[in-house]
Amino acid sequence: MPLTMNDKTPVWRRREPLAQRLIWLGYFLSLLLFLLCWKIVSDNTIWEFLADAHIQAASLIGRMIPPQWSITGSLLLPLWDTINIATVGTALGVLIAFPLAFLAARNTSPHPALRAFALAVIVSSRSINALIWAILLVTIVGPGLLAGMIAIALRSIGFVGKLLYEAIEEIQVTPVEAVTATGAGRMQILNYAVLPQIMPAFAGITVYRWDINIRESTVLGLVGAGGIGLQMNAAINNLAWGQVSMVFVLIFATVILSEWVSAKVRHAVI
Amino acid sequence: MTDSSVAGATRISAAKNGHWRPLPMVSSAALRWGLNAAVLVYLVLLYFSVDINWARVAQGMDRGLAFMASFFTPDFVTRGGEIAIGLRESLTMTFVATVLGIAFAIPVGLGAARNIAPAPVYYFCRAIIALSRTFQEIIIAILFVAMFGFGPLAGVMTLAFATVGFMAKLLAEDIEDAQRDPMEAVRATGASWLQWINYAVQPQVMPRLIGLSLYRLDINFRESAIIGIVGAGGIGATLNTSINRYDYDTSAAVLLVIIGIVLCSEYLSGYVRKWTA
Repeated sequence: MPLTMNDKTPVWRRREPLAQRLIWLGYFLSLLLFLLCWKIVSDNTIWEFLADAHIQAASLIGRMIPPQWSITGSLLLPLWDTINIATVGTALGVLIAFPLAFLAARNTSPHPALRAFALAVIVSSRSINALIWAILLVTIVGPGLLAGMIAIALRSIGFVGKLLYEAIEEIQVTPVEAVTATGAGRMQILNYAVLPQIMPAFAGITVYRWDINIRESTVLGLVGAGGIGLQMNAAINNLAWGQVSMVFVLIFATVILSEWVSAKVRHAVI
Repeated sequence: MTDSSVAGATRISAAKNGHWRPLPMVSSAALRWGLNAAVLVYLVLLYFSVDINWARVAQGMDRGLAFMASFFTPDFVTRGGEIAIGLRESLTMTFVATVLGIAFAIPVGLGAARNIAPAPVYYFCRAIIALSRTFQEIIIAILFVAMFGFGPLAGVMTLAFATVGFMAKLLAEDIEDAQRDPMEAVRATGASWLQWINYAVQPQVMPRLIGLSLYRLDINFRESAIIGIVGAGGIGATLNTSINRYDYDTSAAVLLVIIGIVLCSEYLSGYVRKWTA
């Protein structure tokens, strides 16, 4: 009863007393877990380093301002590489994710075993960051753009695949029924009843992932997978913080631009 | 008659003669051909500007196969100690950072909702969100490692910082979408600001907030696996070392552990979301 009597005055409460206590217990246990985790983190931290953190921060920011504008010209080609990594990576990822999504969606999957396989691929791809794929691929295909492109593609498969198969599972069944009633074959049903329903979502998801990939591809160079990250890594290793902040400015501008493009396209299709 | 209805009538008469074609995805013909041409131009530019060392790629294929094969023979034991320590550090970092991040994200999110915050507060909070969302976790980790030294504290700070931007943005959007009627009703009772937030806004956004928190916990764990590469603690350092030593069996073991944990947390969050919604 959310209404309790307190000295014959009814007092309204939001929850039953038992539910309220259980919620408090949950918060209390979380707090204990937090303190335990904090202790482990704190034991592994060298707190002496923290004493001069504000001095370090001030000197870091001091050396970053102003950005070294003069190197902008030499950064444009790496920036173009970064955009290529993101774009080609997205395209490759989407090419693989598209059929995979049809295998993974409950209503279009040809066989439960194939569905389980497709879901496993999607989860594995989603769990592992593009940067980890990049480290691996740099040892396999060598440093350069290709490693970055494949890394971005491998990470995109899971993202695009998951959102797309959820979109396929949410389609209306009436058009599918109508097309099936005409005696259409399996591929014709997919082509004329399913595909038109998911195309707007598909375009939106692709552009959204492209936008995320632009961000991710800016740092792939840190592990040698090409793009503007290579310049950033070199500048960090030389402690040339003015150049680092110049790279940041360019990344910031590119990310804002890609976000704007992505928002425009998604508004247009949805 | 407008252009589109003329086109529609033509389509219908064509369909009656048996010449039906599905509607194009982009309705404007100029835009459609413009997009195709743009893709073509881009491909040509790409062909001339990207150079890939195919000889090196061919050389690496053996190694690629060795890596894939190692997924069938993962080695959890040889470096078991390092994996366990890295994993414990990753998990603790993730939890601490998520809790701290959400604790900071709630006030920022309240400030970044246009319907409950005054303009100066709104722009200030939106600036925090933009700053936190633009840069990759790894870049922030590099800066924080330079400031706070190596170790999990830099990682916690990084993840918490990224969490603030993510959670505050989504929370603010959720508050902006909240229904006005309960807010007005509670305000009309003469409630104070805190009571107003607690009884009119919080119940509307809470289910989504819990779902997003679990989702962010999941993301933070995945991110904690990479910020170790630049010295910010966690399992990333273990993974990076094993890959650089070409010890693919251990790398495969670490990757499988990460995939397993993400899978578990995804099931768990699906369950909790069903239960809170």
